[in-house]
Amino acid sequence: MNSSRLPAAEFDVEEVVRAAHPADTADLEPGTEMLRVLSPDGTMASGLTARIAGETVDFTPYLAADAEHLRSLYRDMFLIRRFDQESTALQRQGQLALWVPLTGQEAAQIGSGRALAPQDYAFPTYREHGVALTRGVEFAEILRLFRGVTNGGWDPRERNFHLYTLVLAAQALHAVGYAMGMQRDQLADPSLPPAASIAYFGDGASSEGDVHESMVFAASFDAPVVFFCQNNQWAISVPSSVQAKVPLAQRAAGYGFPGIRVDGNDVVAVEAVTRWALEHARSGRGPVLIEAYTYRMSAHTTADDPTKYRLSRDEQEWQSRDPLVRLESHLRSAGLADDTFFGDLDAEARTMATELRRAVLAMTAPDLADRFAAVYAEPHPLIQEELRFFEQYEAGFADEGKHA
Amino acid sequence: MVTMTIAKAINEGLRASLANDPKTLLMGEDIGELGGVYRVTDGLKKDFGALRVVDSPLAESGIIGTAIGLALRGYRPVCEIQFDGFVFPGFNQITTQLAKLRTRSDGMLSAPVVIRIPYGGGIGSVEHHSESPEALFAHTAGLRIITPSNAQDAYWMIQQAVTCEDPVIVFEPKRRYWLKGEVDTSAPAADPFSAQVLRQGSDATIVAYGPLVPVALAAAAAAEDDGRQVEVIDLRSISPIDFDTVTESVTRTGRLIVAHEAPTFGGIGGEIAARISERAFLSLEAPVIRVGGFHMPYPVARVEEQYLPDIDRILEALDRAFAY
Repeated sequence: MNSSRLPAAEFDVEEVVRAAHPADTADLEPGTEMLRVLSPDGTMASGLTARIAGETVDFTPYLAADAEHLRSLYRDMFLIRRFDQESTALQRQGQLALWVPLTGQEAAQIGSGRALAPQDYAFPTYREHGVALTRGVEFAEILRLFRGVTNGGWDPRERNFHLYTLVLAAQALHAVGYAMGMQRDQLADPSLPPAASIAYFGDGASSEGDVHESMVFAASFDAPVVFFCQNNQWAISVPSSVQAKVPLAQRAAGYGFPGIRVDGNDVVAVEAVTRWALEHARSGRGPVLIEAYTYRMSAHTTADDPTKYRLSRDEQEWQSRDPLVRLESHLRSAGLADDTFFGDLDAEARTMATELRRAVLAMTAPDLADRFAAVYAEPHPLIQEELRFFEQYEAGFADEGKHA
Repeated sequence: MVTMTIAKAINEGLRASLANDPKTLLMGEDIGELGGVYRVTDGLKKDFGALRVVDSPLAESGIIGTAIGLALRGYRPVCEIQFDGFVFPGFNQITTQLAKLRTRSDGMLSAPVVIRIPYGGGIGSVEHHSESPEALFAHTAGLRIITPSNAQDAYWMIQQAVTCEDPVIVFEPKRRYWLKGEVDTSAPAADPFSAQVLRQGSDATIVAYGPLVPVALAAAAAAEDDGRQVEVIDLRSISPIDFDTVTESVTRTGRLIVAHEAPTFGGIGGEIAARISERAFLSLEAPVIRVGGFHMPYPVARVEEQYLPDIDRILEALDRAFAY
């Protein structure tokens, strides 16, 4: 227990957790084949093939591993982790209502996000800050929701990146419906570039009925959609092993489409597999499920305390698989990046964090009167009546202020 | 003018919507080959194809959720929920997603999804086939809820729902599907979110909607035998409610009865009673009286006639109003 990062006074909590979750939860890579190119020690394989739904698939043409590309992947992952740290700090300082950390899942998010074509459309949960980055959403825009000044934050139509959805798995159906629309658009105008949607959800949300219904609908209509499940091992406090008795990727077989488990901490493999899946969907061959096997290295949200339910031993084992450390090892050992690159990136991230903090502190509360106008698209008598009341009521206070 | 049933009027209205806008499509369980369990979509798949009249998997959340996605892509989906009591698996998508999309996007996104729900009792069916859940939806900001009571409104209001930029739930009075009426296919009905005075009177007002409109009209006719001139208003829109029309009527008549099949507790009648007491308190000769279902799950078919408001229940309420 020397490795425990728990203070001695809470030592018994660790023991309770250990008793509740026997050694098998530490089995980080159970049976099913997990696709990987970049190993935890930083060595890179030159190709990737796998048996998917009974066929041999060669992912090698989808691998993008030239030096500039790898550096840009690392840059995105590094910036989004720094963004995550700054956001956590802002929440701790009372500047955000809540924060949802992504640390540990950078490769799954940046890899899948970078695989998207401009015409593709992503439907995130509330943790896809890395995907948001790849779709051109600005860092400060992501924090508007958590600052409590909007429930949105950006124009989804400009970024082909839908708003965050906090009701688990609801967005999976939206992604399928959107894909059904893409399918119809393509039939109406074959000159349009083929497009697909991608539905993000987690291992916890995989228990929701909407995930099941979305997969049934997608399979029924061969909708061009990729289901991207980040299995970060923990649905808040419940381990994935409780909710999924077989690897999540295997569920796809029950719906009749391919399922792939990829090492979610290997950004190169994630990008390649997602590229393949998107092309599969765009070409009319129907949906694909990708399970990105990763780990939520931080808390579920800033309101969570993982020391109550999981082992520091597991956390430390996953730290050795850190997606950033892995790519950095490769970049250094292969001579693709030097201290200057990492130093410059660190400086860039610091500047980003400073600017982010300034932007967040400058965000002011919206005018409640303006919120009335956003409820309905067309005129609505009750809205008009209540707005009139509200404005008169507020104006009464303004008059009092003048006379005081 | 063409005479047709309400079911046929909705069918023709949907046909017109499909013909007018290639982005309109229908989704639902058994709506294609079968034409829906009430045949409201009969023949539409044959004429518009499987991409526009979609036989969906049997999953209500899936129907609403994918319709939201289609709407985000620029389509105008019209979803059929097979029966009122089966909307609840889709309740989450309707209330947490569809209703809030515009607000969550600060007005950037619209969700012009139409949800058709055959509702109400009086058909001698089994449980979950006779309910009136409109108040559950009326309580949710972001939704509009309308309910036609005659063929002319049925033909036009479904089309007006399709062209509306907001999500609209159309509650269809299933026991009136075979009620015939004249439809003028050249002259659009009034604003679908307005109420209509169907019968003029000076002594009391009955507000009803959907399946109870014919009952209210019959009660008003019967009341005339007692020398009472009763005005009847077809509410037509449950959210928003046209309080101006109701208020104007009550200021003339001084008495108001609100009738609906849904349980009175927490229902639309209570909302109307509260609003009218605020707006027309000094005109009221009697408290607003609600006539509705009782606070119980919809009863078994053998006793539903006792449960459902009928002419006598409305006349009894009128008697109470005149006793003040």
